[in-house]
Amino acid sequence: MNEIWAGMLEAFRLIVTLDGDLVEITLRSLQVSLSALVIACGVALPLGTWLAIRRFRYRRAAIATLNALMGLPPVVVGLIVYLLLSRSGPFGVLGLLFTPTAMIIAQVVIITPLIASITHQAMRELWAEYHDLLISLNTSSRQRVVTLIWDGRRALLTGALAGFGRAIGEVGAIMIVGGNIDHATRVLTTAIALETGKGDFALALGLGFVLIALALIVNFAIHTLSRTEREGTW
Amino acid sequence: MVGPSVELREVCVTRRGKAILGPITLTLGGSGFTIVLGPNGAGKTTLLKVLHGVERVSSGTVAWSSGDAAARQEQAYVFQRPIMLRRSVRQNLAYPLQLLGMPKAEIAGKVVDWAARIGLEEMLDRPAPRLSGGEKQKLALGRALIRAPRVLFLDEPCANLDGRSTREIEAVLQAAHAGGTRIVMTTHDLGQARRLATDVVFVLNGRLHEQGGAPGVFEGPQTAEAAAFFQGDIVE
Repeated sequence: MNEIWAGMLEAFRLIVTLDGDLVEITLRSLQVSLSALVIACGVALPLGTWLAIRRFRYRRAAIATLNALMGLPPVVVGLIVYLLLSRSGPFGVLGLLFTPTAMIIAQVVIITPLIASITHQAMRELWAEYHDLLISLNTSSRQRVVTLIWDGRRALLTGALAGFGRAIGEVGAIMIVGGNIDHATRVLTTAIALETGKGDFALALGLGFVLIALALIVNFAIHTLSRTEREGTW
Repeated sequence: MVGPSVELREVCVTRRGKAILGPITLTLGGSGFTIVLGPNGAGKTTLLKVLHGVERVSSGTVAWSSGDAAARQEQAYVFQRPIMLRRSVRQNLAYPLQLLGMPKAEIAGKVVDWAARIGLEEMLDRPAPRLSGGEKQKLALGRALIRAPRVLFLDEPCANLDGRSTREIEAVLQAAHAGGTRIVMTTHDLGQARRLATDVVFVLNGRLHEQGGAPGVFEGPQTAEAAAFFQGDIVE
């Protein structure tokens, strides 16, 4: 209990004094996770919607695979991305290993199936509602996808926030591909893992509280900006 | 203005081996207000969807005089249960025009015009899913007509509506018909059929039993089933 209290005090001190290291790793955490989220949404939202509206031979297998990929172990993703980006790997020439870009790539791989699967669930229901109208209006596949994404944007926000939550809290993969290098690839989660390993539980807990606060602030900000509570019953 | 005509030849629709419609051979001219009559489960909606091209036929042919691809572009369909986009009334009315790539300023003008025609000008910024049943159906009708379709299909548009809403919808339909829109509508409301129809198609058990000009069909039906239906008897 004392350690939790000490952690809260440490978090308070770090925030009030605008600790330089804290600000740096917090901004890097946000940069990596938000970049991964934007890229993953760019892939997952159209993919999930497309799976909801298209009928093709291996559709069920594709959906089952997508759902299974939601449970991808981050450590394994990290290992595979590491091998792909390492000097001897196929993309080694790009020199991306132990950079924030490598961390973004790993997070994109982890959260894309999650967002796509939630998108598919939400879009399947909306498609059932809109199907007859959009078919009757002779819409193209692209127009259907755009319409469903726009009208289902509040449901999709939940998927995006779930993806962000998973990304900002992820440690295994980014530790492997980022290397937790001070002033280069250290983020909140890897810093917490490091401080815990060193036995500095107060600082680790303080960083943990900052991480939780960050996740809450981003969620609240997105909900507020998208006015989900005011127009959520549409 | 005469719209495209359509010819159905030996059209059948089967689902899981069960015959839903047909065989039906039917020709509808390029103008008029056709009412498709029949009891529940007669195949009226299926016939309408076949004409609109959203129901695949199991056998037979559907041939529009303007060609099938062009025909779909100049048609609109209003469903029995109005489907509202999760948007405002304004955005629902604008949607079909946006699909056509019309300039925003032109869309805005048409939306305001059509909102007034269907009596929803005070509700333009209200969420469409929150409208009453009658308002939703009027909005669905306005959204269908805003593209100025040459052929309008309506599937029991006044089912479950009160008298006032029914009268308002009928007024909009009569105005559209007077403006040259070819209308094909299903109903099992005989009173409405007598008020609106220029010609009548009577279907029962998926088959065509009677077709002709409204006065002739209502006054002297050729089949016993149609005569019984027009007298208010239960037919099956």
